[in-house]
Amino acid sequence: MRATGFKVLGVAIGLAAAGLLIGLYVSKLTTDNGSAAYTVPVQTQGGHKVVDLSIETVAAVGPQFSPAHPDYVSYLVRDTQGKWLRRTVWRLPANATVHVTIYNFDSASGLRNPLYARPQGVDGNSFMLDGKRTVVIDPNDTSHTFAVPAYGLVIPLSGIPDSAKHPCGYAPCALSLDHRTITFTFHTGKAGHYRWQCFVPCAAGWIDGFGGPMQTIGYMDGFLDVI
Amino acid sequence: MATPASKPSAERADHGKRVLIVGAALSVVSTVLVAVLGGRFLPPGNGSVQATGQVLDNTVMLAIVTPVIAGLTVFFVYVLSQFRHRGGALVDGPPLRDDSRVRVWWLVVTSTTVLFLAGFGTYELLQNGSGGGQGPNPIAVPAGPKLPVQVIAQQWQFTYRYPTYGGLETPQLVLPANTYVELHVTSLDAIHSFWAVELGVKADANPGVDNIAFVKTNGPSTFHVRCAELCGLWHGYMFNNGRVVPEAQFTAWVKSQQRDFAPLLKYLPKYSTSYFPDPQRRAG
Repeated sequence: MRATGFKVLGVAIGLAAAGLLIGLYVSKLTTDNGSAAYTVPVQTQGGHKVVDLSIETVAAVGPQFSPAHPDYVSYLVRDTQGKWLRRTVWRLPANATVHVTIYNFDSASGLRNPLYARPQGVDGNSFMLDGKRTVVIDPNDTSHTFAVPAYGLVIPLSGIPDSAKHPCGYAPCALSLDHRTITFTFHTGKAGHYRWQCFVPCAAGWIDGFGGPMQTIGYMDGFLDVI
Repeated sequence: MATPASKPSAERADHGKRVLIVGAALSVVSTVLVAVLGGRFLPPGNGSVQATGQVLDNTVMLAIVTPVIAGLTVFFVYVLSQFRHRGGALVDGPPLRDDSRVRVWWLVVTSTTVLFLAGFGTYELLQNGSGGGQGPNPIAVPAGPKLPVQVIAQQWQFTYRYPTYGGLETPQLVLPANTYVELHVTSLDAIHSFWAVELGVKADANPGVDNIAFVKTNGPSTFHVRCAELCGLWHGYMFNNGRVVPEAQFTAWVKSQQRDFAPLLKYLPKYSTSYFPDPQRRAG
């Protein structure tokens, strides 16, 4: 009888320990800067939902945003107060128009597949690069892409020249530093959880350039949480 | 007057007969059901000749295994219901004795089944490759003209090239109906696996390798494309839909894609069975 009691106690302790570990893991996931969602403010124009999304890509995210991996390449999103956040899950309204501005502070890495040098899935199948309408860029000059495969959306981001005089060190990067400005418009459809990613092998020092920040949500990948 | 030893012997014979009769009856009924209904419910569907062939293969295999499952089920249930210990002292059961007839039957039935399946499977594979990747030098090459389509895997999306249409590359897979397609599957980075579910095609996508698979499309349909090889963070999201469309619609689609991707054409590499892309400035 006493032996049975010990067995039950042992199982209970084991279950409690497992529950605690799972709870800690879930808690870390939900509070991590990279995984928590950023809700993008919505405006209404003529009864239609419109969203302005400002993001930047940086060569090194820096200790302020990622003490564990300050050298990771990363995307950041700007909130309504103009503050940059390392959040790559963006909550957007369904059936809305999304105007996106991307400030790219990184230099080119080059595309492995040139297909992604052609903008797709956005209004006019084109974007504005530093104020100039662009329908394709040289794949070798590509620094990153912003791509939502479920939407068929791809935007190649031109890099700053290697000879840039004022490159950004660590994020957040001031707009006074060398950067490229990319703007485009796309439309969200029905509600859903759509992943976005970069297709450039831009993870410095990793095999095929696809390790580290390319394999970790919160840097070069994330979700459009369309609700 | 019966001796005490003869009674258990008669019971044993009855047990065997009962299991055999019930098992045989259940086998006949369930096998007929599988043979009749299997084509409707078994994967992968009927999007291509190869997929239809795979449905037949799955039906045959399930029909063969059904009597085994039925026999085991009957035996299991019978044993549980008839040989339960109900009070009294536990005593040893009767001794097991060898029976050469059972051994011979067992060998004959299992050997015949396995040899039949080996022959059937080989025949099915050699007809047209059954939609599987056959490597760069395929053995089972179907006769007649074929539309070459290249499948390029990369982390984490499949893209497609049509060499007979100026090397057009697009993220969509659209195929003409009732056409033999020669798929050339390759990868630009890690190992992926191209799985066009309802077409019954599955072929590994290895960097630097041209893995060839053949498929003859049936009528217009849609099918799922998935990566079937764990390939990194977004492996679970590496899927999309493909379409089989009538010939005229396919031609119109090609033209629209050629228009859409015209600005890109000068940057695409010349069509090749595999690619070793540069630059990889930051890749380690």
